[in-house]
Amino acid sequence: MFEKYPLGTIAILLLLWIVLYTTLQPLADAIVALVGLPQGAHITEAVRFLVFEAPKVLLLLTLIVFIVGIIRSYFSPERTRKILGGKKLFVGNVLASLLGVVTPFCSCSAIPLFLGFVESGIPLGVTFSFLIAAPMINEVALVLLFGLFGWKTALLYMSTGLIIAMISGYIIGILKLEKYVEPWVYEVKAEHLEMAEDKILFTQRISAGVDAVVEIVSKVWIYIVIGIAVGSGIHGYVPENFMASIMGKSAWWSIPIAVLIGIPMYSNAAGIIPVVQALLEKGASLGTVLAFMMAVIGLSLPETIILKKILKLPLILTFIGIVAVGIIIVGYIFNIVY
Amino acid sequence: MIIKVLGSGCANCQTLEKRTYNALQELNIDATVEKVQNYQKIVSYGIMRTPGLVIDEEVAVAGYVPTVEKLKEIILTHLGA
Repeated sequence: MFEKYPLGTIAILLLLWIVLYTTLQPLADAIVALVGLPQGAHITEAVRFLVFEAPKVLLLLTLIVFIVGIIRSYFSPERTRKILGGKKLFVGNVLASLLGVVTPFCSCSAIPLFLGFVESGIPLGVTFSFLIAAPMINEVALVLLFGLFGWKTALLYMSTGLIIAMISGYIIGILKLEKYVEPWVYEVKAEHLEMAEDKILFTQRISAGVDAVVEIVSKVWIYIVIGIAVGSGIHGYVPENFMASIMGKSAWWSIPIAVLIGIPMYSNAAGIIPVVQALLEKGASLGTVLAFMMAVIGLSLPETIILKKILKLPLILTFIGIVAVGIIIVGYIFNIVY
Repeated sequence: MIIKVLGSGCANCQTLEKRTYNALQELNIDATVEKVQNYQKIVSYGIMRTPGLVIDEEVAVAGYVPTVEKLKEIILTHLGA
């Protein structure tokens, strides 16, 4: 059916989505009432959390991943490279960070991408802005933040993440660290392919969106369900303010420690959000928790090991150091604002 | 026909290699399949996303793993060209 009437199918699916999303709250209430759980009890709260929260987040995720999939079909690393070519520092850093959000990227492609950028003369600092923004700000993280904590938190996460990517890349640029890149990187010669991407039909972009949903949602849904189940388990049972003394606002040292713990950890955004939610629920401050999350998904040991093939240690350490300091500052800003 | 699978040995690249063999078998076409893991060589094809598939020095796939059906189509298109 999709092959034959792509636009019609999508329209019907979107309609279905709206119906499901709007009826979710009354439906969840009805289920809770039907089972006959006592009002206000721990178990009731936990069940409600699971029958309402999990489907809600999965629905949001499906829609956003679909939209982002369509947006990404307009961007490719090749095209991004073309846009960034010849851009100076700062303007280049700003553009690279923004493009890092919309260009399809997987950390397994970090090296070919790095080589491709450097080969076409994009400055090191601009390349880093891209490499910092791409993993840190991703659609799954944004959807989950939006779905669980509201649009303000999602927006703050995105804007501070972008600022970290811009400024860190800019600093790496002015430090002139090119000597710490393996020399062979600068000897790479590449063909510049003309990709025929402008001729893609809109229906093909829609199927790119569908492909993204199939690929991403099938990968992360289980983390989300488990995470929310854990979250709802904690929701009713662990006493509130359980985490307040160690991760609350008054514990200023908790931010750098959370970042230090987060750097070597590796998880995708979906895997870390439930932890984030559980911590917040129990009195940890938003700044500390978001700093932890940024460190986990933005900096990771496996990625660092991959980068070691093309970058020398001083550059890797500078990169991690600058980004970590940026994340810590953002953590404090969040704690002051909220 | 020489087919090169470009990638640093990640899971996607291995899947692509496997599917390439499957596609060739189903089409009953004889071809040499080589793995290219050297980053300099990968990038020299202009590819910035792995895995990549190069048929007779022509980039056919970059940045995704096609299904076996799609691979068959790609190979046949190449033969027709």
